[in-house]
Amino acid sequence: MTQPVSPPRDSTDQAPPAGQLPSWRTKVARADIRTLSLLGVLAALIAVGGITKPDEFLDTRNLQLVLTQASVIGVVTVGMTFVIMSGGIDLSVGAIVALSSVWATTVATQEYGFAGILFTAVLVGVACGLVNGLLIAYGGMVPFIATLAMLASARGLALQITDGATQIVTIDSVLDLGERDAYVLGIPSLVLVFAVVTVIGWLVLNRTTFGRRTVAVGGNAEAARLAGIDVRRQRLYLYLLSGLCCGIAAFLLIILSGSGQNTNGNLYELDAIAAAIIGGTLLSGGRGTIVGSVLGVLIFTTITNIFALNNLQSDVQQIAKGAIIVAAVLVQRRTASTT
Amino acid sequence: MAPEPPLLSMTGITKSFPGVRALDGVDLDVQAGEVHCLLGQNGAGKSTLIKVLAGAHQPDDGRLSWRGEQVTPRSPIAAMRLGIATIYQELDLVEHLSVAENVHLGHEPTAAGFVVRGKAAKSSTAVLLKRLGHPEIEPGRLVGELPAAQRQIVSMARALSHDVRLIVMDEPSAALDPEEVDNLFRIVGDLTADGVAVVYISHRLEEIRRIGDRVTVLKDGRAVAGGLPAKSTPTREIVALMTGRNVEYVFPERPATPRDAGAAPVLEVQGLAREGEFAPVDLSVRPGEIVGLAGLVGSGRSEILETIYGARKPTAGQVRVDGAVLRPGSVRAAVRAGLGLAPEERKAQALLMLESVTRNVSVSSMSRFARGGWIDRAAELGAARAATRELSLRPDNPSASVRTLSGGNQQKAVLARWLLRGCRVLLLDEPTRGVDVGARAELYAVIRRLADEGLAVLLVSSEVPEVLGLADRVLVMREGRVVHTAPARELDEHRVLDLVMEGATVASASPAADSPPTRTIGGPAAGKPAASNPVASNPVAGKPAAGERGPAS
Repeated sequence: MTQPVSPPRDSTDQAPPAGQLPSWRTKVARADIRTLSLLGVLAALIAVGGITKPDEFLDTRNLQLVLTQASVIGVVTVGMTFVIMSGGIDLSVGAIVALSSVWATTVATQEYGFAGILFTAVLVGVACGLVNGLLIAYGGMVPFIATLAMLASARGLALQITDGATQIVTIDSVLDLGERDAYVLGIPSLVLVFAVVTVIGWLVLNRTTFGRRTVAVGGNAEAARLAGIDVRRQRLYLYLLSGLCCGIAAFLLIILSGSGQNTNGNLYELDAIAAAIIGGTLLSGGRGTIVGSVLGVLIFTTITNIFALNNLQSDVQQIAKGAIIVAAVLVQRRTASTT
Repeated sequence: MAPEPPLLSMTGITKSFPGVRALDGVDLDVQAGEVHCLLGQNGAGKSTLIKVLAGAHQPDDGRLSWRGEQVTPRSPIAAMRLGIATIYQELDLVEHLSVAENVHLGHEPTAAGFVVRGKAAKSSTAVLLKRLGHPEIEPGRLVGELPAAQRQIVSMARALSHDVRLIVMDEPSAALDPEEVDNLFRIVGDLTADGVAVVYISHRLEEIRRIGDRVTVLKDGRAVAGGLPAKSTPTREIVALMTGRNVEYVFPERPATPRDAGAAPVLEVQGLAREGEFAPVDLSVRPGEIVGLAGLVGSGRSEILETIYGARKPTAGQVRVDGAVLRPGSVRAAVRAGLGLAPEERKAQALLMLESVTRNVSVSSMSRFARGGWIDRAAELGAARAATRELSLRPDNPSASVRTLSGGNQQKAVLARWLLRGCRVLLLDEPTRGVDVGARAELYAVIRRLADEGLAVLLVSSEVPEVLGLADRVLVMREGRVVHTAPARELDEHRVLDLVMEGATVASASPAADSPPTRTIGGPAAGKPAASNPVASNPVAGKPAAGERGPAS
């Protein structure tokens, strides 16, 4: 050891005993508290719905409707969660959904049938994501600006394609999927897609190198770069992923509405960001969970449903949503500072 | 003036940060109208002390009396109201505002709550600039358009726009070329003639001789000497005060003959340079060898390391690993070739603070535990555990959050990352910064052991004893160039400090002419010729070099 002649300095640098360190158990417990509180909010909402409109709200059809409505924005939110986890933002998701949905429902596309619609929706989403990704990762643009530009131009293009008209889908195999009784194992087809996207998203984020890189880039981009991670390529992939999710969501929306409209996906970006934030995703990146984001989506959709059943106008809904965002972030700040 | 109390008197100032006691009962007295110099090695506590004075840090203990009254500046604004202004090393000017706007920033002339644009501010700024000997700076110009030296003047004008009685200058000459330094000294002279006190921080002994009245030397957070006469205290005494350590470092024994003495170098750097940061450097490191780069902050050491690593793109030269040339400016190429960097700012540049030790260790080798992108977490955990155990990282819990680790163990996590990756050349930038004194010895032993196992290590440290104690071979750097190379056992701390502080003995003989054209891109010439170089006082390349890209940050 050293031979200090002067009085030894404070050894605050010393590691605390192992017993006080957060083990994986406490880490899980902490994550659970977050998830549990979200589940608690959801349960409370369901209770409110059940009490105010016992017959309508708890009806199986209604609950299936809530889940179906959650599916479209839910798929978008999974992609958004990845982007925010990496420290980025994607403001163009709603516009990409709109563009994908109208491109996939033009008369020309519909000639190719079911596959044509699905393929086009996904391809347009990925292409928009590619442009976003290239501008941000290799063009050095700030995500906010690049995706804002995409928002404007994709909406404009969607309007140009439709000229403001609603494009009705005439393909039966597509419309059938949107029917109320198009269930697989008792689950509406849209909800099934949402569930699959969620599971894949969770696995990718938690079990793959792609997920790790995403978290590393979001947590500390400079450290990730110096650790040998190709930060730019990762960013490109992330916006591609978000575009892909938008394409899938657009397809779900086509199934659901039996049409494509340039007004589709309006303000999805705000709903998706809000859901991710409520779910505990750090807007600065590096921390977040898919489960949290999905719960955030469910909470929002449930609120909308309950308010609609109680004949409350959308302005009240918006105010309530805003209040929930503020409350959720304040609660998270408190739990974060106490740990 | 004589019977008056000192303008400023700080007593027993103590300030701790997590893991470090930055100031440990420091006393400082400053008289009106004097130039009081603060000297000390990097990390001695100078910056913390002036931040306490400027109200940016609150001391944990100690008293501050200002013109006989006890005060505690709670914020920079409070300090400024007292009449204490600070000119930081990194100038805090807003580039997109004009000179006048910068000068009046925070105390803009207002009318009914609106900022008054136009003549009043500009004319008062012009008066200040004239007083500073730079009437040619237009108050209306954007600060971003000004060269470094003029920005410094603006910064000083800002200080003077308050009713200031004490100006703290943190290495004001670092970005200036010799003529501008002369002007700076003239200004300092004018200020003190007006009764303003100046606290002057510099690494250059020669400057302190020229303008200083008294010197206070800080070391390891204590004032080891206060109020020495600046002009007459022998250099040897000052250097001894700066270096004379109370805490003995314990270094692992280096092998009598370097292992693999005849082996071909793993890392070869040839003519590597970055314009404005460092002159062409040649160096090579063999397996099993530790090569140290000694020098002060700002001498270009970290930049060299990061350029070798590909984090910065060189403007000339090349890096070879095992004879193969690395793609310049590519971190990924460097990592693939077997380089690993433990950067200076561990938390900002190396660690994922929200993540566990395991994930921090495995981040550079993830693909090894993954099949088709799918991570085998058991294998990952096992490998991370093995790497951290080999370095005896505490606590022995790979799932612990890296944030909860001490500085020394965080550094071990970074080393474990490269150990796991199987890297062959380790670049260490200030490896013991923020590491407790007790934990340092252990870290030294780890570094030596890694070298003994065949790693080539390139070490950068501003702590001279660390370089001398740990390295086999030492390159001494000053202002972007290597001025001396020698085996570590042939050097001692005084010699190295002499070299890094511009050969103080030579410098004091001809102060005006000694500063070589510091930031030019000339050859990698040693410092010696500069002293006798008649061109040095008016270097051809000096003007654009120092003027344009001084504070590139």
